[in-house]
Amino acid sequence: MNIMSTDRLITKIRMLRERIGPNLRDRVVSSIYQHAEKISRNVVQKNEFKQDLDICIDNIATSRIFGLPLMLLLLSGILWLTITGANYPSQLLAKLFFGIEDQLTVFFRFLNAPDWLHGLLVLGIYRTLAWVVSVMLPPMAIFFPLFTFCEDLGYLPRVAFNLDHFFKKAGAHGKQVLTMCMGFGCNAAGVIACRIIESPRERLIAILTNNFVPCNGRFPTLFAMAAIFIGTLVNNSHNLTASLFVTGVIILGIMITLLVSWILSKSLLKGIPSSFTLELPPYRLPKIGSLLVRSVIDRTIFVLIRAVIVAIPAGAFTWIFANIHVGGITLIDLFASWLQDFGRLIGLDGYIIVAFILGLPANEIVLPILIMSYLSQGAMLELDSITALRDLLLSNGWTWLTALNMSLFSLLHFPCATTLLTIHKETQSTKWSLLAALIPTGVAIIVCFLITQVAHFFKLV
Amino acid sequence: MGLTRKSTGIYTFLEEFHTDSSGYQAIIALAGNPNTGKSTVFNGLTGLNQHTGNWPGKTVTLAKGFYQHKGKQIALVDLPGTYSLLAQSVEEQVARDFICFGEPDAVVVVTDATCLERNLNLTLQIMEITSQVVMCLNLMDEAKRKNIHIDHEKLAKLLGIPIVPTAARSKEGLSALKDAIDQTVSGGKRLRPKTVCYDQELETTLAELTSDFSSTFSSRINSRWLALRLLDSDFTMVKQILRYINKTGNNLPSSSEEGLDL
Repeated sequence: MNIMSTDRLITKIRMLRERIGPNLRDRVVSSIYQHAEKISRNVVQKNEFKQDLDICIDNIATSRIFGLPLMLLLLSGILWLTITGANYPSQLLAKLFFGIEDQLTVFFRFLNAPDWLHGLLVLGIYRTLAWVVSVMLPPMAIFFPLFTFCEDLGYLPRVAFNLDHFFKKAGAHGKQVLTMCMGFGCNAAGVIACRIIESPRERLIAILTNNFVPCNGRFPTLFAMAAIFIGTLVNNSHNLTASLFVTGVIILGIMITLLVSWILSKSLLKGIPSSFTLELPPYRLPKIGSLLVRSVIDRTIFVLIRAVIVAIPAGAFTWIFANIHVGGITLIDLFASWLQDFGRLIGLDGYIIVAFILGLPANEIVLPILIMSYLSQGAMLELDSITALRDLLLSNGWTWLTALNMSLFSLLHFPCATTLLTIHKETQSTKWSLLAALIPTGVAIIVCFLITQVAHFFKLV
Repeated sequence: MGLTRKSTGIYTFLEEFHTDSSGYQAIIALAGNPNTGKSTVFNGLTGLNQHTGNWPGKTVTLAKGFYQHKGKQIALVDLPGTYSLLAQSVEEQVARDFICFGEPDAVVVVTDATCLERNLNLTLQIMEITSQVVMCLNLMDEAKRKNIHIDHEKLAKLLGIPIVPTAARSKEGLSALKDAIDQTVSGGKRLRPKTVCYDQELETTLAELTSDFSSTFSSRINSRWLALRLLDSDFTMVKQILRYINKTGNNLPSSSEEGLDL
C-alpha cells in the first residue's frame, strides 16, 4: 500500500465516520457488554441469595431516577445528624475549656507571670487550641463514623457510578468521584488517591480540582457559619436549614469541580474521557465496633492531632502578630488594613483575608486565627458559646452575606500547604502545583465578588 | 507528565524477547482481569524457580517464563491485568500491543469463575484480535464454595474457543490447560471464535472498510478489528497505524520513536 492509497483510505474512513456518528465507542462497548451478559446468563447458575439482594438494592441506589435524590438525601441526612449532634457537646466543650482558661489566668496572676507570657501561652496558644478542639472534635466524631459506615457498606463506588455521566460530559474520569470522596477526609489524601486514574490527563484534572470538596479542616468552618448565621435565618428548623446550607455548599463545590474540569479538558488538558470498568463490590454490613475504632482513632484523632500541632505555633504566631505595634497599630491591623479594600470587594474584610493567608498550613486554624485577631482589638468577650461568637462577629460588621462568602471562600480557595506539597510530589511539576493554588483562588475571588456585587445591587444587605 | 511509549518498555521487551538465545517453540500471552489469579496460573505453569524476568515500566510489569510440555519449550508472558483493551491506560495499551504485535502463538485468558460476565468482556475483545484464544476458567474452587455453577462445555460452544476449568491455587486443571495450549498452538483444531455482532449499520460499515483494505495488505492482525480501531481512533493514530502497516507488514515495530497508539 503506498501513500496515495493511505490518503484514500483516510478519506474513506472520514466519510464512514460521519455516517456512523460520534458515539461509536459507546455502541461497541455496550454491544460487547450485552453479548457478555447474554452468554453468562446462558451458562451461569447462581444460588446466592445475598447477591440478589445486592442487585435489588443497586436497582434503586444506582437507578436513573432515584440514584441522585437518594444520594443527596443521604448526604443532607448525615450533615443534619452531624450538626444536630455536635451542637450540644460543642457548647459543653467550649464552656469547659474557657472555664479552664479562667483558672489558668488566675494561676498566672498568682505566679506573678509577666503579661506577655500569659498573653502568648493562654490568650495565644491555649485559646486557639481550645477553639480547634471544641469546634472540630464533636462534628468530626459524628461525621467520620457515618462517612466510614457508607464507605464500608460499599456505597462510594455507587456514588461514582451515579455521577460518572456528569464527569464524562465534563471530559473527566468517573473515578474522579472516588478521589473526591477521599478529599472529604483530607485533600492531600484525595490527591494521592488520584493515582487510581490511569490516564495522566484525567489524573491531572482530578488533582487540580480535588480542593473543591471541603476537607475536614474546612467542615468546621462551614458548620460554624451555618449554625451561626444561616440556621438562624429560619427560626423553627434551625438545624435543618443549617444542614441544607452545608449540603448546598457541597453541591456547589461539585458543580464547580465539573465546570473547572470541563474548562481544563477544553483548554490546558485537551482530550477525550477514557471509559473504564468500575467494580461495584457487594454490600457488606460494617462491623460497628471496628468501624468506630477505625473512624475515631484513624481519622478523628489523627485529624485533631494534626490540627493541634499546627494550632500551637499558629496561635503563638497570631498572638505575637496581634501584639507587635508598628507606628501605633498592631501588625495584624496593618496587614488587615492593606487588604481591607480587596476584602470588602469580595464581601469579606481584611482580617478574614489575613486569616486565610495565615491559615495556609492548615485550614482548621483559619477560624481560630480570625477570632483571635478580632479579639485582639480589645473587645473583651467571654467566648464560651456560639452566641458569644455570633456577637463578636456581628460587632465586627458581619452579615449573612459575610458568612456566605466566608463559607464559599473557604470551600473554593487555595489548598493547604500539605496538599500543595502532595500535589508537587505527585505531579513533579512546579507549574501544575502553582496552578493548583491559582485556579481555586481565582474561582473563589470571582464567585465571592459576583455574589457580593449582586447582593449589593439588589440591596439585599 | 507525558507517558511516552518508551516508558512502557514494551518495544525493548519485545526486541529482547525475540533475540533471546534460549530456544522456544511458541510464545503464549497470559491475559486477564486483575485479581483472577493470573500470576498463580503463571507460576503454576512455569514453576517458581524458572527463569522469570520482570520488566518494570512505569506502572507496568511484564513477566516472562518458560515451561516444557510434550518436548516443546513454551515461552509464557504475563500481561498486566486489565478489564478491557479499549480504554487508554498504560496497562491496557501494553496488553493490547503485545497481543497485536508481540505475535503470540496463542493468548490464554484467565477468567474469574465467580464473576464470569465481567471477565467475558475482555475475552470477547481479545477474540476480536486473534482467533488463537484459550480460556482458563480459574477460581473454580471459589465458585463452588459460592454455589455458582458454570456450564463450561456450553460456554465453549457459545464462544467457539477451548475452555479449561482450573483451580490454580491447588494446581487443579493446569496440565489440561497445557494440553489445550498445545493443541491450539500446533493447529490441531482450527478455531472459529464467535465474536460479537454489532448493530446493522456498524456491521455494514465495517464490511465496507475491510473489503477495501483486506486485499491491500495481508497482515496477521484481524482486519475486522483493525477496521473498528481505524473508525474509533483519532486521525494521528490512524496515520500511525497505516504507516506501521506500510512499513513493517508482519514485523515488529522497528523503532520505539515511532509511537504506535492504536
